[in-house]
Amino acid sequence: MTAAYLEAFERFAGNGGGRGPAGLVARRREAFERFAKAGFPTAKDEEWRFTSVAPIARTAWRTGGPADDGSGGPAVTAADLAPYRFGGAEWCTLVFVNGRFAPGLSHRPTLPEGVTVETLAEATARDPAQVERTYARVATPDITPFSAFNAAFADDGAVVRVAAGVELTDPVHLLYVTTEAGAGAAVQVRTVVLVERGARAQFVESYAGLGSTASFHNVVTEVVVGEGAWVEHTRIQRESQAAYHIGLTQVEQGRDSHYRSFSLAEGGAIARHDLRARLSGENVETLLYGLYLGRGNQLVDNHTTIFHDYPNCRSWEVYKGILDGRSHAVFNGKVFVKPEAQKTDAKQTNRNLLLSEGARVDTKPQLEIFADDVKCTHGATVGRIDESAFFYLQSRGIPRAEAQRVLTYAFAAEVVNEVASAPVRAALDRLVAARLGIEG
Amino acid sequence: MLEITGLRAAAGENEILRGINLRVRAGEIHAIMGPNGSGKSTLAQVLAGHPAYTVTSGTVTLDGQDLLELEPEERAQAGVFLAFQYPVEIAGVTNAYFLRAAYNALRKARGLEELDPIDFLDLLEEKLKLVGWGPEIMQRAVNSGFSGGEKKRNEILQMAILEPKLAILDETDSGLDIDALRIVADGVNALRRPDRATIVVTHYQRLLNFIIPDYVHVLVEGQIVKSGGKELALELEARGYEWLTGIPEAAPA
Repeated sequence: MTAAYLEAFERFAGNGGGRGPAGLVARRREAFERFAKAGFPTAKDEEWRFTSVAPIARTAWRTGGPADDGSGGPAVTAADLAPYRFGGAEWCTLVFVNGRFAPGLSHRPTLPEGVTVETLAEATARDPAQVERTYARVATPDITPFSAFNAAFADDGAVVRVAAGVELTDPVHLLYVTTEAGAGAAVQVRTVVLVERGARAQFVESYAGLGSTASFHNVVTEVVVGEGAWVEHTRIQRESQAAYHIGLTQVEQGRDSHYRSFSLAEGGAIARHDLRARLSGENVETLLYGLYLGRGNQLVDNHTTIFHDYPNCRSWEVYKGILDGRSHAVFNGKVFVKPEAQKTDAKQTNRNLLLSEGARVDTKPQLEIFADDVKCTHGATVGRIDESAFFYLQSRGIPRAEAQRVLTYAFAAEVVNEVASAPVRAALDRLVAARLGIEG
Repeated sequence: MLEITGLRAAAGENEILRGINLRVRAGEIHAIMGPNGSGKSTLAQVLAGHPAYTVTSGTVTLDGQDLLELEPEERAQAGVFLAFQYPVEIAGVTNAYFLRAAYNALRKARGLEELDPIDFLDLLEEKLKLVGWGPEIMQRAVNSGFSGGEKKRNEILQMAILEPKLAILDETDSGLDIDALRIVADGVNALRRPDRATIVVTHYQRLLNFIIPDYVHVLVEGQIVKSGGKELALELEARGYEWLTGIPEAAPA
């Protein structure tokens, strides 16, 4: 297996590794070597105990070249993407199909001065030295084998930069789509968001699957939140039940900054997201909200890690899951509090609603606290809809099946309501309501 | 309208209702009183179809229809409404959505067209006046973070919108101050019509100063031990329940 990827890598590097400068190619080689040495994780790896990636490991994915297998297939149209556009048509939207930028499907309005939204390929062509210097420096290849695999091969994606003090009012939408033509390919893209000192920005990152093929998105996102900056990050994973999705988001926060994320995961054959936030300064606030919805035989896995490295920071995390059919959810929430991170205030909650007998949840909070003057709590629940709530709705004439939908939606809405951006919240609410069978 | 005959019900192994007989005619208000643990709330919940209780014998009919074979939602559709002693909090669903869902569920069951949000708003405005509320309450999550009084008012608002044939108030007065009590009573009285009936379950006579019952029944250990007119409530207020139960009652806190 590794031999085939080595061959792919040499071919890719020989082509200039996505036409980058020599230092970038060297950086990719380093990442590849790390990946080749580690291989894909196995169930023996504590981090992957409940999520077997064997089906990914035993597939010979095409990578390091066009994802499209050349068989053609229908081109993606604007109408195909309509359900995934999410926000207003006026939002700046970059669309990538099977890892390739699709200018015809994207929308690039004039942005406020100091804001740039470009593709990784464009950024590399415009300022190769900058990309060479920063490539894979936040979400480094050593985090997981998948992050190394991605760093070796990713040659497109999006780069968003918001200059110091600038306020970006409309969200930027980065939409990554896979199609039937991308079957058999490991689609590896990177998203980089840099919000400088005192700036404000919101962005939406979506992963969509058109068709029902076993697509494979292995993606990495890096978010740098400067001193006193404010960022809202919404991540939506909506792919087919046969999809493989492995995602890593690494966030670095400067002092006095505020980062909030909302992650919606609809699962797949394997859908795993690692969200890691490093609080690199005092008085940082980090809010992580998540909602995952599993049905059929889906697996949906969320791993979050919060690094409290400095004193006087606050992190607040609520992840909720709704599991139907024979779906399986995994939640692991780590909070590391360094000895010097006094006055840390950290709260983590994971709540799961089971709608069927066959659904399963493995939830594990993991707090490692080395400071003594802190307030850290966690709680996890797995349960069904409360009978007293059922009775209340039924006693008002609402049939039991509808009561179940309403109460399930209510469970989800509680966390959706935490999204700060009104247009994003409204779009998410519509999406979740439709998914759970509720009319507006 | 409502005929209860020989009704026995249990929670698990524990029999709570031990042969209730009661007839409520259209236009009447009946008060069910009794000491704590006498089974008053159980009776209210059994009539609404609470799954925690099993009916072991007896019959209950509403205008000739067997209520006991109906699901809770079917009872509501048949015109039964229970104002809960402890209304359930549903975070994440607005009062507006909940009320419209309930209203439309009843309309649908009766073969009527569902009301769209705009038309429903008109209806709502009129009913809100009845409980002295502004429209802000509709955007709050159902009962979530409501005070005790607000929850009870919300029950009355629901009742006003759903216009039941038979309203059952389960200790709606408990924990209310005099102003809230008056609002609740006004709501109930406004709904009074010759073709509707109300059962008021209460421990104290206080509410009955505002909602004047036609009949008062005293429930002790799962049976109606005494029935009378509204003056019976005053007698209970003056003498307590001890003369009927034979058990000394703790002084009210």
